[in-house]
Amino acid sequence: MQKRETWGSRTGFIMAAVGSAIGLGNIWRFPYMVYANGGGAFLIPYFVAMLAAGIPFMILEFGLGQKFKGSAPQVFASISKRWEWLGWWQVAVSFIITTYYAVVIAWSINYFLLSFTQGWGATPKAFFFGTFLAATDSPLQLGGVRPAILATTAVTWFLTFIAVFTGVKSGIERMSKIFMPLLFLLVFIFIGRGLMLPGAAEGLNWLFKPNFSAIMDGKVWADAFGQIFYSLSIGFGIMLSYASYLPKKSDINNNACMTVFINCGFSVISGIMIFSVLGYMAQQQGVPISKVAGSGVGLAFITLPTAINLMSAPVFFGTLFFLALCVAGLSSMISLNEVVVAALIEKMNISRKKAAILFSCLGFLVSCAFATGSGVLLLDIVDHFINNFGVLIGAFIEILFVTWFCNIDDLRRHINRTSDIKVGALWTVSLRFITPAMLGFMLVSNCIGDIEKNYGGYSTKATLLFGWSTLFLCILCAMIFPRRDYAFATIKDVNRSFLKRR
Amino acid sequence: MTTSAIVMMVFGLAITWGGAIVCFRIAFRKEHQARRLRDDE
Repeated sequence: MQKRETWGSRTGFIMAAVGSAIGLGNIWRFPYMVYANGGGAFLIPYFVAMLAAGIPFMILEFGLGQKFKGSAPQVFASISKRWEWLGWWQVAVSFIITTYYAVVIAWSINYFLLSFTQGWGATPKAFFFGTFLAATDSPLQLGGVRPAILATTAVTWFLTFIAVFTGVKSGIERMSKIFMPLLFLLVFIFIGRGLMLPGAAEGLNWLFKPNFSAIMDGKVWADAFGQIFYSLSIGFGIMLSYASYLPKKSDINNNACMTVFINCGFSVISGIMIFSVLGYMAQQQGVPISKVAGSGVGLAFITLPTAINLMSAPVFFGTLFFLALCVAGLSSMISLNEVVVAALIEKMNISRKKAAILFSCLGFLVSCAFATGSGVLLLDIVDHFINNFGVLIGAFIEILFVTWFCNIDDLRRHINRTSDIKVGALWTVSLRFITPAMLGFMLVSNCIGDIEKNYGGYSTKATLLFGWSTLFLCILCAMIFPRRDYAFATIKDVNRSFLKRR
Repeated sequence: MTTSAIVMMVFGLAITWGGAIVCFRIAFRKEHQARRLRDDE
């Protein structure tokens, strides 16, 4: 067995965990969520979700990772060999996400380069779907590979490969220590200038003006829990892997709180960044903000370039925004890569270098499919199914298993022993009841929605082939990998007392 | 910006960054205490 690496410092671990949590969703999903769900009033359910589910779940993942010292499959195999499959499910989910996440980062790199000349031209929408993506009409029509996207996808894979190849301390930690301060610096500079734009205050007014009647709407609460859940990188093995590199006497609870607060704080400042620009854009075009507000790919690659075109310093805003997107994406992708690489190292007992090469080559090959003309449509379907089902199922089963079938009080004592802040019975209650109830509700409502109607108006063939089949791949991975012990044969039953019900 | 929007923006920033600052302070205090204990020994 290889000697387990550890983080070089507490700051390094926090930077890496925050880097993983802060991703593209903080920048392009959260602001619209706030705007569309009651403005400033949305912050109330959002913070309730943060305290009731986000922080407790983060503490749970940090605690499990640090206690069992392993990647997701090893953590669950250490508790019970029969539960190893859950770890592989999470590894499969992470692998699938990396394959298309790399391509979104590749788009950002392309747009970062284009922003020096506003290469998207006067009509960003036509440029994005036409010249840039050469998007086909159907996900089944593959179209040709886009050379520019393929090249930057290779760059993305290479950068994240370097991080995981060189190890936890000299790769992931070092990169996070560069990326995180850089990301905050970029966003603060952007905000500093963005707030001076005419109409910025009006944009912020639309973002934060509270409509308290929205709090009575159940959908708003579900969205708040969903936003917290998706933005924290919990439930798919990332935080388990990262926490497994913590030294024995490390703090758990305070580190988890810091990670969650910084992630949510970044979301709020991202909202200020995005809506100051949208306010300016709405004023310049003489349209209400509802006409320009949006989220996701459309916001980043169509609306923002349109707004940048209207500005007096388009190069400044364009490079800043797209570099921030690249950095936020890369730091999250590194953590996703680590989930798979750590699992391969432990299961196959191979070196980190071999695991990183094997995984990155395979990941890049799969990513090529998303660099084709149908890439944006494929990405849309795969992302929908993997997030709405893959991630949720993994997290839902994990939380039910650990809180109902394992000795959660033993874990609580373990984490309290070394933590600056102690957690009490409320932590257990929230993990046993509140979080699974919300996850279960989201899962059931997603299921009903997708069974009733094909997602996004795609054909049944397309949703079966690229949506439901991704879940089938996760099932296959979860069934095949645990069949043989390989290096896991050495896992001793030292943790059997942790499993309460067999 | 309306007053209610300003209040909600400050509320959002205060809860998140205020929470983070409290956590930092606790961590620094504990670290300081641990260092003092080590020095005393």
